[in-house]
Amino acid sequence: MDQFGLLMNGFAVALEPWNIVLMMIGIVLGVVIGVLPGLGGANGVAILLPLTFTLSPVSAIILLSCIYWGALFGGAITSILFNIPGEPWSVATTFDGYPMAQSGRAAEALTAAFTSSFVGAFVAIIMITFVAPLVAGFALRFGPPEFFAVMFLAFASFIGMGTGSPLKTLMATMAGFLLACVGLDSVTGSLRLTFGATELIRGFDFLVAVIGLFGIGEILTSIEEGLAFRGASARIDFSVVRRTWAELPRYWALSLRSSFIGCWMGVTPAGATPASFMSYGVARRMSKPGGTPFGKGRIEGVIAPETAAHAAGVSALLPMLALGVPGSPTAAVLLGGLMMWGLQPGPMLFVEQAEFVWGLIASMYIGNIVGLILVLIAVPWFAAILRVPFAVIAALILVICSIGAYTVNNAWFDVVVMLGFGALGYAMKKLDYPLAPLVLALVLGSRTEQAFRQSMLSSQGDLGVFWSNWLVGTIMTAGVVLLFWPVFSRVRGAIKVQLARRSG
Amino acid sequence: MSRRFSEISTRAAELGLAALFAAVAGLAIADSLRIGAGWSDDGPRSGYFPFWIGLILLLAALWQFASALGMRARDRTFATREELGRVASVFIPAAVHVAVMPVIGLYVASALLVAWFMTRIGDFRITIAALSGIATAVVAFIVFEIWFLVSLPKGPLETWLGY
Amino acid sequence: MRRAVLAVAAAALVSMPTTAGAQRWEPTRPVQFVVPAGTGGGADQMARMIQGIVSKNNLMRQPMVVVNKAGGAGAEAFLEMKGARGNPHTIVITLSNLFTTPLATGIPFNWRDLTPVKMLALDEFVLWVNAEAPYTTVSAFLEAGRANRLRMGGTGSRQEDQIVTAAITKASGVPFTYIPYRGGGEVAVNLVGKHVEATVNNPIEAVTHWRSGTLRPLCVFDSRRLPVTDKMTETQAWSDIPTCRESGLDVEYLMLRGIFMAPGVTQAQVNFYIELLEKVRQTPDWQELMRQGAFNTTAISGPEFVTWLTREEERHRTLMTEAGFLAGR
Repeated sequence: MDQFGLLMNGFAVALEPWNIVLMMIGIVLGVVIGVLPGLGGANGVAILLPLTFTLSPVSAIILLSCIYWGALFGGAITSILFNIPGEPWSVATTFDGYPMAQSGRAAEALTAAFTSSFVGAFVAIIMITFVAPLVAGFALRFGPPEFFAVMFLAFASFIGMGTGSPLKTLMATMAGFLLACVGLDSVTGSLRLTFGATELIRGFDFLVAVIGLFGIGEILTSIEEGLAFRGASARIDFSVVRRTWAELPRYWALSLRSSFIGCWMGVTPAGATPASFMSYGVARRMSKPGGTPFGKGRIEGVIAPETAAHAAGVSALLPMLALGVPGSPTAAVLLGGLMMWGLQPGPMLFVEQAEFVWGLIASMYIGNIVGLILVLIAVPWFAAILRVPFAVIAALILVICSIGAYTVNNAWFDVVVMLGFGALGYAMKKLDYPLAPLVLALVLGSRTEQAFRQSMLSSQGDLGVFWSNWLVGTIMTAGVVLLFWPVFSRVRGAIKVQLARRSG
Repeated sequence: MSRRFSEISTRAAELGLAALFAAVAGLAIADSLRIGAGWSDDGPRSGYFPFWIGLILLLAALWQFASALGMRARDRTFATREELGRVASVFIPAAVHVAVMPVIGLYVASALLVAWFMTRIGDFRITIAALSGIATAVVAFIVFEIWFLVSLPKGPLETWLGY
Repeated sequence: MRRAVLAVAAAALVSMPTTAGAQRWEPTRPVQFVVPAGTGGGADQMARMIQGIVSKNNLMRQPMVVVNKAGGAGAEAFLEMKGARGNPHTIVITLSNLFTTPLATGIPFNWRDLTPVKMLALDEFVLWVNAEAPYTTVSAFLEAGRANRLRMGGTGSRQEDQIVTAAITKASGVPFTYIPYRGGGEVAVNLVGKHVEATVNNPIEAVTHWRSGTLRPLCVFDSRRLPVTDKMTETQAWSDIPTCRESGLDVEYLMLRGIFMAPGVTQAQVNFYIELLEKVRQTPDWQELMRQGAFNTTAISGPEFVTWLTREEERHRTLMTEAGFLAGR
């Protein structure tokens, strides 16, 4: 009960008025950062880090972690309103969130996204509170083969998602993988596919590609079809939050499953991005037929990735605190921040700085609740952004996109690349090439390849390593099953028909 | 552009995009072979994955190209002339915006882009458009340059102002 | 251009240390602090630490902005610094990739393309094994490696960790399978999880696992033992770890943590940063970092630094040539 006492202590500290004020400042700043694709959570945290020295360590970490929560919430806003995911884990949110906004249901999508984020984060915090040591031990079991297996599972759960031509899906996927290969090969340290061009050394950043393909591509498609973002008639109406909330409990099973996927992926250091894709894929597989199809504005398509991404984002803090491995750039900067207060992340943090750790955990509970309230109040205003005339909003989006693409690597060339991807995205969209597989392959490609090759190095080229223990074997088998699921279900369907015929 | 041009057929667009993918795949295959695309004792070499991925892409793109050749040209329209004109009305200013960015800086370029869009695509009056453009640039400058200390490309105007 | 040439000439004339002679200079706009590595690594942490110290103690009127340019193992950052000739408002923190990246990738860059400012510290390397492993000495470890090929985890490819690994192989004749990871923290955790048998993590990357009893240090790759004598575990302090040489493994390696400026800056500008960094080094925060990470606190500037760099570059070239890490052209 010692821990319980510490947690209660933490609550007392987190609930001090001054700390609540800091939380609100942090959340608002975080949302701003999350909305502007040029500012990642890492930027915000890094820039404010020096300012926090005037605060006590607990207050400072409350402020910084609230910026982190705010940025997580904020990432969904641009995904839903403008089809521009600010962070890798918001990509899956665009698949159904943006179509919802187009059909005039922006406020509903935002409410669903924020609420699911909150649910996912909350489940993850509860997990951190009660099973932290157990979970940290589990994370240690994840070496390169296990990591590859998880990535494989993420791809497998997503395969067959495209409704378009399989050939085009294959081409888009391969193009994504190929783009991910450009630059420095992290396993041998040599350059590849750069053709001697300095600008290609850093490779193609996911964000640059996605801003182009999704953001710019969308503007081009919209203008071609007329001069407006469709469904721009969102009204400022608070009752939509209440109405959406009344609908959400129906999806409790989905939320639970997505939270589970998120927590699991966050603890294994795979992180929020594969979690969001995997959760979306699984939701689609397991959804009941009928209603709006996935990809056309189905609310489950927003709930699943958002819940999982946030469950993962929060539970990734656990390996960071307990093992010293950051799960994302933002977490890495937070990690650096801890060290500046003389707090060394790692197994000893829980022992020697228990008060700090439990204070942080308590602030996660409170911070998330404060955050949810703040962003929900703002939903109608966010949705109203869509009423701004196209000529204005398109120009602003273009400006924000160029800033976003530039700041990824502080490189002008990336802005040019972004524009190129914009034209490509327009053409691909018009010709029914699916963009999601390209982005998925680009985001996860290099880490998957690296994990595969690390595994090969350590097993001396023996592929059996992927079935060498129960953990990796189970994940790989699950991946294979998911991969061939469409075939299975078709066969099962055929058998059922046969049986029905025989008995009938 | 010739007078006969009135639209791009889907067939032509399909052919073009498939050819682009095939060309990219070809480049990747060539470079992968250069750095070694085999499987050595301790797993795949640098070029192994790019090579096979490139090969699959190449084959898929060629197949796509071939099936697009089989389409009839008049079947479907990719985009009409008016549609392309509208796309160009956004894309060309955006391209100019990006092109002049290293010279005049991002802020001035952005102000011009916003003003241009508002007068050309929207029907705003020139004064309102100009003011909006300047406001955008100033807000962006305050948020990024001063508030978050993110350094964006700057031109002579900012230098003159002492930044 | 003319001014830059004059400046170089002036710098060459004055050259010798500092203060007198050159007139004072101060940044007139925000200083960009480039990190040629990703967020969260050792260099990044140090840069952010310096940023924090500078703003906390008001050491500079203009703000300092940390910018990560990790592309191509730092290649991108170095090439950009090289291109920023005469710009006094950008500085870069370097690690060993100052030498290794150009050699491994063949990009047109050499440290002489930059203006050396100051060495801040040297980062140590320690040979770590899992605490449950049977070997407690270097010789027992090498014996085990001779019997069965062991896996060595490290950060990046053809960079410092792999160079140290290659040097161990060269000195002892024991081959290792080197497995590259993304960052030092990840490497340490993979050792704790027994996915590799050994690492050459920097002290700060592995210290917490050592203290929690999951990792065991075997030796330190320096000519003398680490100076920190506070007990880190119940029985051991950093200073209790033997050097590799006294354990019969003749390998020494230290990693540069130094600051450079773009080429063609004036001596007055260099002097400003030398003084600034000296002030940073005097702060308690900095000294705490040095103690926590058991850094080698050698800090030199001027011609002494240049001599050191020349020698180190040669050493890296030799080590990398022997290991076959040079870019195939």
